[in-house]
Amino acid sequence: MRNPLNQTITEIKPSGIRKFFDIVAEMPEAISLGVGEPDFDTPWKVRDEAIYSLERGRTFYTSNSGLKELRVEIADFLKRHYGLEYNPLTEMLMTVGGSEGIDIALRAMLDPGDEVLIPQPCYVSYEPCTILAGGVPVPIALKEENEFRLKPDELEAAITDKTKILIMPFPNNPTGAVMEKADLEPIVELVKKYDLFVLTDEIYGELTYTGEGHVSIASFPGMKERTIYINGFSKSHAMTGWRLGYVCAPELIIKQMTKIHQFAIMCAPTTSQYAAVTAIRDCDDDVAQMREEYNDRRRYLLNRFKKMGIKCFEPYGAFYIFPSIAEFGMSSEEFCTRLLREKEVAVVPGTAFGDSGEGNVRISYAYSLESLKRAMDRIEEFIEELRKS
Amino acid sequence: MREKILTYIEHNSKIDLSDLAMMLGCDQATVMNELEAMENEHIICGYPTLINWEKASVEKVSALIEVRVTPQRGMGFDKVAERIYNYPEVDAVYLISGSYDFMVSIEGHTLREVADFVSAKLSPLDSVLSTQTNFVLKKYKDHGIIMAEKHVDEREKVSL
Repeated sequence: MRNPLNQTITEIKPSGIRKFFDIVAEMPEAISLGVGEPDFDTPWKVRDEAIYSLERGRTFYTSNSGLKELRVEIADFLKRHYGLEYNPLTEMLMTVGGSEGIDIALRAMLDPGDEVLIPQPCYVSYEPCTILAGGVPVPIALKEENEFRLKPDELEAAITDKTKILIMPFPNNPTGAVMEKADLEPIVELVKKYDLFVLTDEIYGELTYTGEGHVSIASFPGMKERTIYINGFSKSHAMTGWRLGYVCAPELIIKQMTKIHQFAIMCAPTTSQYAAVTAIRDCDDDVAQMREEYNDRRRYLLNRFKKMGIKCFEPYGAFYIFPSIAEFGMSSEEFCTRLLREKEVAVVPGTAFGDSGEGNVRISYAYSLESLKRAMDRIEEFIEELRKS
Repeated sequence: MREKILTYIEHNSKIDLSDLAMMLGCDQATVMNELEAMENEHIICGYPTLINWEKASVEKVSALIEVRVTPQRGMGFDKVAERIYNYPEVDAVYLISGSYDFMVSIEGHTLREVADFVSAKLSPLDSVLSTQTNFVLKKYKDHGIIMAEKHVDEREKVSL
């Protein structure tokens, strides 16, 4: 029989972290601080709206681009929150989560051999999606001493004449790093100087704990025409399972992305879209309340690590904290595996998000204070034992 | 600061004060001082516990009684309210807008006990014009807490 498989996909290595996940799966009693999704339920009014839409029998396809009413509300939200101005009819596309947006943007933009700059540690899909789109991923290793922010010299050193897209994964999963206005300014200059495009994944934008709040790279003068802006409802509105995101970009890019979306997906889930109208229009207060609670937990974890004497920079975004475990002289994966086996606490090795995550672990604070406390007490025990031995 | 402390203890008065301090980014002494001050100012009126008596297999009957009264000259409703809330059986008294004046919540061990309270104590009060007793059949949610079920985390253990 002939090989039934495509060569490119078979050459993409599965996430190296699979082994660790398998161990977690064997330990149902373990306390986990390992998830990448909110612990809050979707606000009830959003769920209620979804139920209502089902009762009304709104179970058809929407247009390929998504419900117009929803896109209009999103345009309003983006203006209100980040000062972004997008035409909801021509510059926006509703997608199946932010992840579909990442995939189809790369497919719509890359030609074979085009290089995509990927600051790491970062979410795991950019690299394989780049390869599947025929591009060449070029990681940029971010540094803990810079609080995992992208520095202009790091960017410039990675640019070649083949570079086409810079991915900007901020606020960042797994580090919690953000890029403030002052950090973005020199990056914007380089993007323009080298005529690059930016794919900015701002799915955690609403979960930013700096005084100035989240700043979108798309809001800088001259950047809208070079930016593919990705956002969605998963993290901000605690709607991961609804699979709903959106992309805003110049019309010529959206047009081509819509073709891929139309043939591969047809449209984002209809029930989710109706529910999302309520989420985007009426839930600013709910989001603010969740953000405040995340922020309290963030401070709690930071203070716990400080007390333990663990090196940990202050993360200002998402719901992750990324402490350093380098002092223990073992790899991140070894640390996490031992923590899991010896104390039954699951956290994710930094290396799951790129080689530059070595020496750190990702701890999610999408958990109740009680769970965080229980897990942190065990981590503290573990660390004390390591220091003694 | 005060509002945040209150919001946390409203939902969990047993919260560990050092945890609370770490979340608020201050030291424990500050939180303790604020709490003490708010107790003295009677902003914090008590630390009761929310109990699902049904689960504890203890017989309890509660009722919400709508009470119409004539306010007393010079003292309005407050004097009447005082006559009512001083009874230990009374759980809560609210002055409300609408077609009656007070909502009185009472709790007893038996139906008879509650009925006796209404007929022997509440109704005969001079200012009380009429009462309507509504017995509580089931408590679904109280003080923002859903009584029926305990929340279970059904998310996957690890996800990227």
